Formats: sequence, structure tokens, C-alpha cells
Amino acid sequence: MTSDQAAQGIDDIEYEKPPSNWTLLWGDRMGRWGIIILVVVTVLAVFGPMIWPFDPAAVGEDSSSIFQPPSSAHWLGTDELGRDVFSQFLMGARISLFVGIMATLIATVIGAGIGVMAGFFRGPVDSAAMGVTDFFLVVPALPLMIALAAIFGQNLLIVIIVIGALAWPRTARIVRSQTLSLRERQFVPRARSLGASNARIIRTNITPHLLALIVANTILVVAGCILAEATLSFIGLGDPNRISWGSMLHFGFVSGAVGRGAWWYFLPPGLGILVVVLGFTLVGQSFERVTNPKMRGGA
Amino acid sequence: MTGGPAEPVLSVEGLEVHYRVRVPGQRGKVTARAVDGVDLVVHAGETLALVGESGSGKTSIANAVMRLIEPAAGRIVFDGIDLVPLRGRALRKMRPHFQMIFQDPFESLDPRRTVLDTVMEPLVINGIGESADDRRKLALVALARAGLTPPERMGARFTHQLSGGQRQRVAIAAAMILEPALVVADEPVSMLDVSLRAGILTVMADMRDRLGVAYLFITHDLSLAWMFADRIAVVYLGRVVEEGTSADLIDSPAHPYTRALVSVIPVPETSRDAQRTVLSGETPNPSAIPSGCRFHTRCPLYRELGEPARCREVDPMLAEVHSVVGGHRAACHFIDQQGVS
Repeated sequence: MTSDQAAQGIDDIEYEKPPSNWTLLWGDRMGRWGIIILVVVTVLAVFGPMIWPFDPAAVGEDSSSIFQPPSSAHWLGTDELGRDVFSQFLMGARISLFVGIMATLIATVIGAGIGVMAGFFRGPVDSAAMGVTDFFLVVPALPLMIALAAIFGQNLLIVIIVIGALAWPRTARIVRSQTLSLRERQFVPRARSLGASNARIIRTNITPHLLALIVANTILVVAGCILAEATLSFIGLGDPNRISWGSMLHFGFVSGAVGRGAWWYFLPPGLGILVVVLGFTLVGQSFERVTNPKMRGGA
Repeated sequence: MTGGPAEPVLSVEGLEVHYRVRVPGQRGKVTARAVDGVDLVVHAGETLALVGESGSGKTSIANAVMRLIEPAAGRIVFDGIDLVPLRGRALRKMRPHFQMIFQDPFESLDPRRTVLDTVMEPLVINGIGESADDRRKLALVALARAGLTPPERMGARFTHQLSGGQRQRVAIAAAMILEPALVVADEPVSMLDVSLRAGILTVMADMRDRLGVAYLFITHDLSLAWMFADRIAVVYLGRVVEEGTSADLIDSPAHPYTRALVSVIPVPETSRDAQRTVLSGETPNPSAIPSGCRFHTRCPLYRELGEPARCREVDPMLAEVHSVVGGHRAACHFIDQQGVS
């Protein structure tokens, strides 16, 4: 063994393992705050409604229970029907996150798929795909979402699909440009000369190099989708049977909570949206920075 | 898979590769004829070197032969089958039999893979080997053959942990594991330190002796071609201007272009009186190939002979040059006038 090692000579240098993305993310101040925010919100959304004793839909017994300010029993008071606001807030976090994440998954699948196809095959495929992408990029999303939600009805699935179907163009653009540069790398013609099919080249040679980019982009898209859901719900086009932060704002507005100064009703969902969007944006931007060596500052 | 030594494993006929390029100061795109009617024959187990300056079209020829770019015209007959009309699965079925070693081993290997995975990949793609273990054994043998020892240890490395020479050995091992009849080597040592070149060429020569592989060896270095190849074809502006056995071509070059290239090969002895011909000017743009003989704009002989109109007007074909072993051909109207100077 010793002679073998000696024969290895300079080949035996120990190579330093590059730090994982998560280590880098945690080391980045913005990334760390983002992660903390998202973990706290996720725990609240998942476990909160199981623990908090009030049913968000249970109306108050009489008129004395409406618009109660925060108290030791109702941490965030009650709404216009005497329902507990804090339990709505917890449930709303669930729906907002769920819609945001599911819509993002749809957007990512569509966007990454179109982007890879356009960048890899170029030519007519690219022109067609980018034509569609540019259309969706310039079309005003909000009026279109309103129109679609109004046409297809108001339930959670429809809301998710409508938001997801409009959130993909940026992802498609980014993935396409990265694919265009990847396909020029020599390992692509090499794989082809070994007999690999296009499908195999995309799967094993292109996609692994896109993953970090797609993840970073996806995290940023979630923030946008949560905002989109809040917007739709606020203008009354969300699922009326589900409580989300957007719908809380909607009912807070129509019930006159704003005029009555019932801040405990409309402030928490507003802050919730703000903080969650901030969390996703921090993590997304930080991830983008740590996975892209060119954007990494300092060393 | 091929017959006697005289059997051509590859024959290229009338190959043309065109690119649409933008020329400064001109509207729209023009056609650049990067490869403009090339005929080549590579016999089984033989090495043919394709020598030319950058921009001569030699890499386009290599990529067209590998069916990585679409030729504008011509036939690429491999083992009796024209590859040009083949598409999709039919083409992929042929690919294991002709492999390529790329110029840049830093670019051609995926840095995320281990060496073993890289060498096993061709087997996985083509469904060769009974099991993963089987493929692993084949890969270890291939690594050892390419001089990467001990193979078990080298196999566990990631390709980004290797030096350029080691990477090129990995690329060679991966290409050879499919036991191809032909390997196209596109400047396989030009990116490597001079000290590593001999090692790589030795491995390639060893593969030729042991596996009977034929090489289409692309290089800009005439002395390297002389050392490594059985025959040499000199390419100028997308056309073969001279071809012959390495010895013939170096000892008695017939085309003025080849003569100029040969004259600047550094040689220790001065038997070939040290009269150097340094060509003036640059290779013309392939989107504006000169009329007649494409070399006349830079040809010393053309000037010497008082600029004959024939050179400007008639495109010379490859014609036999008298030689001992034969097969020496050059495309020049005035082959016989060579001795004059």
C-alpha cells in the first residue's frame, strides 16, 4: 500500500470538497434571515391550526362578540361575525403558502420545459416558444387573471392553475438562455457522438446543470404567486370557501373593519403577506448569489 | 467488422459544409463554403492526418464525418453505408462504430461525473454489458489501457480533479471502450503541455496496434502528422490540395502550399537546404473564395511564373504526382514546374 501511494505521487493531493449550497446559503446573512422567516411561517401554517383552539369559521354567539379587540382568549380579536382572527390568520397562512407553492410548481414545469426545448432545439421550436413566452410576458397579468378567474369560477384549483399559467414566462426566458449556452459546451456533441438521443442529452447533460438556476428562480416565483393569490382574493375572486390572507383583507375591507379602526383584522394578514414574500425573496436572491460564482462577492 | 487492409472504413465523397455568416459591412448573411468538395479515404487500421491552418475547414470535416453538423452536399460512406441520409435511431445505431476525441478535455467531459461513470457512459447509452458490474469491469480495463493506473483509484476521481493529460486519457478510454473502427481525433494534443503530448500519442498509437482502429487525425501541425500518420491530406480553404503517404508528402511536396508548410518545419539537419518559404497574407475568407485556383492569391509559384491566367481562371483538380509508392496527388496546374526555383 505504501509503495502504491508513493507511486501515486502528486496525484494524491486531497481535494477540498466545495461547500454545499445550503452551507453557503446559511452563511449569507440575507439567506439566513430568509430561511428563519420561512421556517417560522411554515411551522405556524402547518401546526398552528391543529393547536389553536378556535374554529376559524365559528361565528360569535351574539353582537357583543363582534370586532372584539385582542384579548388573552382571542389573541387577534374577532371579526365582523365574531370569528377568531388569529385562527383565520393561521389557516390563511396555510392557504397562501399552498396556493403559492402549487402555482409555482405549475409555472416551473411549464417554464423550464418550454425554456429547455426552445434553447436546445432552437430554430422554429425556439421562435414559436419565444413568441408565446413574449406574449405572456407583455400581456397584463392581473386583468387576464381576473378574466380567467371570473370565467372558470372560484375554487382553489382554478386559482392555482390561473396563477401558475401566468407565472412561467420569466422562468422560460432564463432557462432558455442558460440552455443555449449549455448546448454549445463540448460535452453535448460528445454525448451525441456516443449515441445519446436528444431526450437523453437533455436529461443527463443539460438538466443537471440547470437545477441550481431553476431552484433559485422558483423561490422567487413563489413570492410572486403568493402576491397574485392575495390580489385575486382581495378583489373577491379567490375561493370563497377558503380563508387566505387575501380573502381576510377582502372581508376586512368590505366589512368596514378599516373604517372602524379594527386594525387587528386587516393588519396581520397584510404583514403576513409582506413577511412571507420578503422571506422567499431573501432566500431566492441569496441562493441566486451563492450558486452563481460570478455574483459571489469577495473571494 | 472490416475486411482486408485495403478495405476503406471511411470514404468521403464531394463533401461540402456551408455556413450562413454575417460579413461586416454587408447586409444580410452570405454563404461561407467552409468545406468545398472534399474526397477522403481512410482504410481500416490506417491513420490519415488532415493538416491545415485554422479556418481551413478541417474541424468542419471532422464534425461532418461525425454527423454532428449537417453537410450541404456529399456522401460520407462508413463501412459501406452512407451516413448522410441517416436520422434518429438509425444513425444512433451506427455511432458506436465511429468515435471522436475532442480537442479540449476540459470542455468535453462533464465535471460532475466520476471518471468511471464517464467511461461507462458509452456502454450505458448503447446497452452494452450484461450488468453494471460487467460494465464496471470493462471500464476498468479501458482505463488501464489508456494509462490511467491504478484504474480503481483513478475511476473514483471526478473529472475536474484531473490534469488535462489525464482527462484526455479518460476521453480516449471512453471512445475506445466501444471498440470503434474509426476514431476522429480533433487536435487531441493541441490543448496539452508539450511534455504530455508524447504520452497521449503513445496511447493512441498503442490502441491502433492493439485494436486495429483507424484514425482521422486533425492537426495544424505538419510535423506531428508526419510523426503519427500513415498518410497526410493537406487542406486549404475547404479543399484537399495535396495528399500522399507521410514520407512522400514531406520529402517531395508537390503543391506550393505544402512546400511552404514543409519548408518551415524545423529540422536539425540541413540536407533540405534551409530555404524557407514564408507565406504572405492570411487565408482568404471562405465566404469569398478566390476564383480559379483558390491558393493563387498567396502562391509563390504563381508570382514566379509571371501570374499565368490559368491559375486565376481554372480550378485545378487533384492529379497524380509521380512517386515511388503512388497515391500522391496534388491540385496544382504547374506541378511539373516545382523544381524550377
